[in-house]
Amino acid sequence: MTLATLTENSLANYGDFAARAAGHRLPWLKRQREEAFARFRQLGFPTTRDEDWRFTNVSAIAQTPFRLASDSEQPPARETIESYRIPGVKVQLVFVNGRFVPELSLAGDLPPGVEVGSLAAKLESAPGEIEPLLGRAHEPGRDAFAALNTAFLEDGGYIRIGKGVVVEEPICLLFVSTGSAGAPLMSHLRNLIVAEENSQASFIEDYVSLNAEPAFSNSATVLVAGSHSVLSHFMIERENMQSFNVSTLRVELARAADVASHSVLLGGALVRNNVHPVLGGEGAECLINGLFIGGGEQHLDNYMMVEHASPRCASRQFYNGILDGRASGVFHGRIIVQKDAQKTDAKQTNRNLLLSDDASIDTKPQLEIYADDVKCTHGATIGQIEAEALFYLRSRGIDEADARKLLLLAFASECLDRIKAGAAHTHIEGLIHDCLARVAHSVLAVSSGEKTAGRNWEEIG
Amino acid sequence: MSLLEIRNLHASVDNQEILKGVNLTVNAGEVHSIMGPNGSGKSTLAQVLARRDSYEVTEGEILFNGKDLLAMKPEEAACEGLFMAFQYPVEIPGIGNAHFLRSAINAVRRYRHEDEVDAIDFLPMYREKLKLLEMDEKFMNRSLNEGFSGGEKKRNEILQMALLEPRLAILDETDSGLDIDALRIVAQGVNAMRSPDRAIILVTHYQRLLDYIVPDFVDVLVDGRIVRSGGPELALELEDTGYGGLEAKLAATSLGTRAREGEVRAR
Repeated sequence: MTLATLTENSLANYGDFAARAAGHRLPWLKRQREEAFARFRQLGFPTTRDEDWRFTNVSAIAQTPFRLASDSEQPPARETIESYRIPGVKVQLVFVNGRFVPELSLAGDLPPGVEVGSLAAKLESAPGEIEPLLGRAHEPGRDAFAALNTAFLEDGGYIRIGKGVVVEEPICLLFVSTGSAGAPLMSHLRNLIVAEENSQASFIEDYVSLNAEPAFSNSATVLVAGSHSVLSHFMIERENMQSFNVSTLRVELARAADVASHSVLLGGALVRNNVHPVLGGEGAECLINGLFIGGGEQHLDNYMMVEHASPRCASRQFYNGILDGRASGVFHGRIIVQKDAQKTDAKQTNRNLLLSDDASIDTKPQLEIYADDVKCTHGATIGQIEAEALFYLRSRGIDEADARKLLLLAFASECLDRIKAGAAHTHIEGLIHDCLARVAHSVLAVSSGEKTAGRNWEEIG
Repeated sequence: MSLLEIRNLHASVDNQEILKGVNLTVNAGEVHSIMGPNGSGKSTLAQVLARRDSYEVTEGEILFNGKDLLAMKPEEAACEGLFMAFQYPVEIPGIGNAHFLRSAINAVRRYRHEDEVDAIDFLPMYREKLKLLEMDEKFMNRSLNEGFSGGEKKRNEILQMALLEPRLAILDETDSGLDIDALRIVAQGVNAMRSPDRAIILVTHYQRLLDYIVPDFVDVLVDGRIVRSGGPELALELEDTGYGGLEAKLAATSLGTRAREGEVRAR
């Protein structure tokens, strides 16, 4: 039997999954999964008539009969994984097609008071610790992807940083898609990260493909930031240009927590990255930093929902986009300031460079303010590479492709400069250099012989 | 062979002819000053030499070191040894001055099949030049021209010139907007560059710069043509009579120019 869509395929196989998935004997989990699956069926995939999905058409995901990986599939060899590791990272959990593979992972040296493992294992060994966390991660009715994620919830990273513990090196979660001979694979990861009071750590989610086969990653991460904790989270999307990636990061910030979220979207055919910090404790601070670079037919959608729920919190959003070819980008930045969140200081900036006539960006700020003593600013710009700057560099002997690369790097470095020095910074810098070298050359191939358009900044909002 | 040979150069911007048949020969070791009133085509000439593509050459040819300059891209002209100091240097946030300068030097070196300079070798190279231009080392860590004062930008141009060691340097109104101290420092940098195998073209409106950098030749550009050439004394004469006097003298001999003068007066 051939099944035409993700929904049909899921319906046919959901019973199987529910009967054997990790934690299938836990009644509360069984109930959550089943309710979520029912909700998914009821909601259906969002359409561009939904305000939150106005600029992103997900029918390509809905129309592909994605399936879960089966037990019989062999994980890749360790050597294959080596080239995807991040130099300097000593602790890395490797997930292949949505499942934790301990043989490929790096255990590293962690200080006492840190627990790093898989959600599936934790559901077997200590489900009682997971239940309250899953409950708070729940966002009922938000959309079909959230529902699907809960319906197929089984594995992901589980990290707990104890009170006052400082972890120097980043902890990495590597999500590998291998592609498959049959119907393409999907994975629904759920990562739970709890950083207790006064702890410090950084976490990297790194999405890669081993080949050019399409895959669909639908992941959700909950980061609970205890009071006075100092945390960084990185989302690196560098899958192949056939893949689909929908991810949600929800951050709960307690009193005076300081969290930085960095999203770097470079790969994927259709990518939707939701970042949803909830500033729930007084004096919390959140940096939401992003860079997206797209070419070809890529569609990169950045959806931010920053919720100020307590007084005297600060949030800073900075997203820079570079789009070439027929690529399209979205920046949707929503700031909600609740009634009690007085003295809120929220800032949002989205800057975009369009390198071709066919590239496009939709940028949409949205402020909902229910408090009366707040400072909220937002702004967006859309522009092109400045002809004047390009000529200046070329007049000093730098060839056109290198000059473009330098200018693009300068633009991207605004985001890079917000990342603290360390293994993640070095790694991301390398990825951006490689990506922009490709973009600089491809722009040249298309535009040679034409005159470069002059500066054309457009101020919005 | 002359270093630069401009023959009957015609150039337009937006279909308006600015250069109307410029002829100029510059030999290695010479310093030329191209002077002229506003709108005479001085900067256009500098831009055409630097190969800016918004200027369309409709007629004529330029030989640089015997090669067809008009067939070169801006970066090729630079690698062949041509340098233009910009009248308005561009600010580029996010590109460090030191990184930019080393990229430029290495681009030129690659073109000439020479070894590239690494960051460590580069340090003593620029330190010496910074001293000559009385620039603080902090300049090197700042973004390219970003937030630089007018004088700092011009000194940064001369610093680039000193490091790139061109065969032909064109200074496009480098003196404009400089106070007397900055002018003296810039002139000091330029004079240090004078050498028997290098030529320098100073494009300027005012004679003041020429008190500090004494040219071998002064070429006067009016309405897209070089109308007079002479020694440094010509600059002094212009200082006395002004370009107006020169234009009037020319008007008496040319019906076309007279008609144009009439238009100007009518406005």
